Amino acid sequence: MSRQRKRITTGSAARYAALVLMFILLAGPLLWQLSLSLKGQGDDLYAQPPQLVPSHPTLSNFTGVLDRVPVLRFVLNSAVVALLVVGGNVLFATSAGFALARLRFRFRGVATAIFVAALLVPAEAVIIAQFLLIRSAGLTDSLLGVALPAFVAPLNVLLMRNAFAGIPDELEEAAVLDGAGIWQRFLRICVPQVKGVMAVVAIFAFVAAWNDFLWPLIVLSDEQNYTLTVGLNMLKGTFYDDPRLIAAGTIVALVPIIVFFAALQRFFMRGLEQGGIKG
Amino acid sequence: MTSTITAPERDTRRADRTRPARPVHWAQGRWYVPWLFLGVALVVVCTFALFPFFNTLLLSFTDATLLRGGQFIGVDNFGELLGDSRFQTALLNSTLYVICVVPVMVILPLILATLVAGNGRLLGFFRTSYYLPVIMSPVIVGLVWTNLLNRRGLVNAVLEWVSAVSGPVPFLTDRWLLLFSAMFVTIWMGMGYYMVIYLAALASIDPSLYDSAAVDGAGTVRKFLHVTMPGVRNTMGLIGLFSSIAAFRVFGEVYMLTDGTGGTGGENLTMTMLIQREGTGLQARTGYAGAISLVMFVIMAIFLLLQLVAQNRQRKNG
Repeated sequence: MSRQRKRITTGSAARYAALVLMFILLAGPLLWQLSLSLKGQGDDLYAQPPQLVPSHPTLSNFTGVLDRVPVLRFVLNSAVVALLVVGGNVLFATSAGFALARLRFRFRGVATAIFVAALLVPAEAVIIAQFLLIRSAGLTDSLLGVALPAFVAPLNVLLMRNAFAGIPDELEEAAVLDGAGIWQRFLRICVPQVKGVMAVVAIFAFVAAWNDFLWPLIVLSDEQNYTLTVGLNMLKGTFYDDPRLIAAGTIVALVPIIVFFAALQRFFMRGLEQGGIKG
Repeated sequence: MTSTITAPERDTRRADRTRPARPVHWAQGRWYVPWLFLGVALVVVCTFALFPFFNTLLLSFTDATLLRGGQFIGVDNFGELLGDSRFQTALLNSTLYVICVVPVMVILPLILATLVAGNGRLLGFFRTSYYLPVIMSPVIVGLVWTNLLNRRGLVNAVLEWVSAVSGPVPFLTDRWLLLFSAMFVTIWMGMGYYMVIYLAALASIDPSLYDSAAVDGAGTVRKFLHVTMPGVRNTMGLIGLFSSIAAFRVFGEVYMLTDGTGGTGGENLTMTMLIQREGTGLQARTGYAGAISLVMFVIMAIFLLLQLVAQNRQRKNG
């Protein structure tokens, strides 16, 4: 590590400078939004130069938003949808990926092609036909109806397939010699090797479910069932005249996700490191 | 069953090992076992992706609306598309989106991933914060950036404060500026997503390759070009494909920045926005929307083919 001390120092200085610059670019807008949400009526929103620290800080914007929009209810609804989608993808994308990568059977190519083809289907293009399906199943205006089409995403199946394909054959062959059946090889040998990718799939599924906007907008009609994205879209119409209230609404919506992700990220990033199968 | 015949060795490294006679797949139980693993995924994907898609394809040859089934009209919808100026605009906007966004999405997240890879609390903090925009819903991102980019928003305020511009820059109203603003927001939102995929790929690069490159006197840039990039070449191809498809499908960013209007006179419509416009609402022409979807599908299939060809060529050369 200390071959050329000087070069390493300038190198890591440049590295951290780039990291900090990127951080400002990505976190700055959120910080500004936070500041805006805390500004009182006495603050000049358009002061020159722009003021990051409010001169009349207040929490009244938050109480104002919570009084008028049931943001916490929306968060709960989004959480239910996300839980269903994450569970479905972790269980069934993993098992499907295992079959595609490590089992040999007739029509395996066809099965793989089905997932690749499904990956290419533009979600927005089939949304009307999907809605007709959900309607005929009697699931409109329900959170299950929102979750069902995303229950197993083809992308996650293919990610799991690639992960399983990377496991060396010797590992499984040794287990076969020890008399392990197919289920043991799946659960005991292969799944532990791809935990990192499973964590990645879980996060991706969560993000997709949490962020989806167009589909819940179409399926849900009762405000009680709104997910967060659909509910927040109302903010723009309701408080168009006061950016402070919009900012407070976005901050209220952001806090649960940030807490959730901060709690999960250790597992996620550690999983990424453990999941790498070294050559 | 024969079970103890020694299989031919593949290479000398394994010469000392006796391999099982049967390939692994012989020990997988009855014929239906693979389908137990695949069942739920196949049913969901077929029901909610492929079946609606074929339904849409059939619709594209009819004059169906949301309320009635429609008659078969051959390729009339496609003929109408050719002369539809909104379609030309949407195709241009979505194509420009791919051309501008994809190169950034392939390279920038890889650089970010190499910067944040490693141990240490500080790096962990940066990894997490770079991922944050990804977990934000497009609606929130839209609200934040509409506020930042409007005439009296922070970006214009800063630009005027440092006297870089004389009047407010019309980020959200000018035809081209709005498109580039939306691209910027797309990159801002999406970078962390691809960074994480790259992190997983970086973890599988043999660390000794970096050590031997260092012994050869390679600096940061040469290590990046000669160890990192070849090591994640397949992932780069995959991300090129994913981000092209995502960019071509762009919806939320343009929708939020234009308040759902698609810009003055629809000059900022994208392909997906056009489908959403034609295919929803009481006046919906599901047949015409289906025809646009089919065109989109063909273009995205071309992206996939290009990627496969590129991958094959790389394999032959490498």
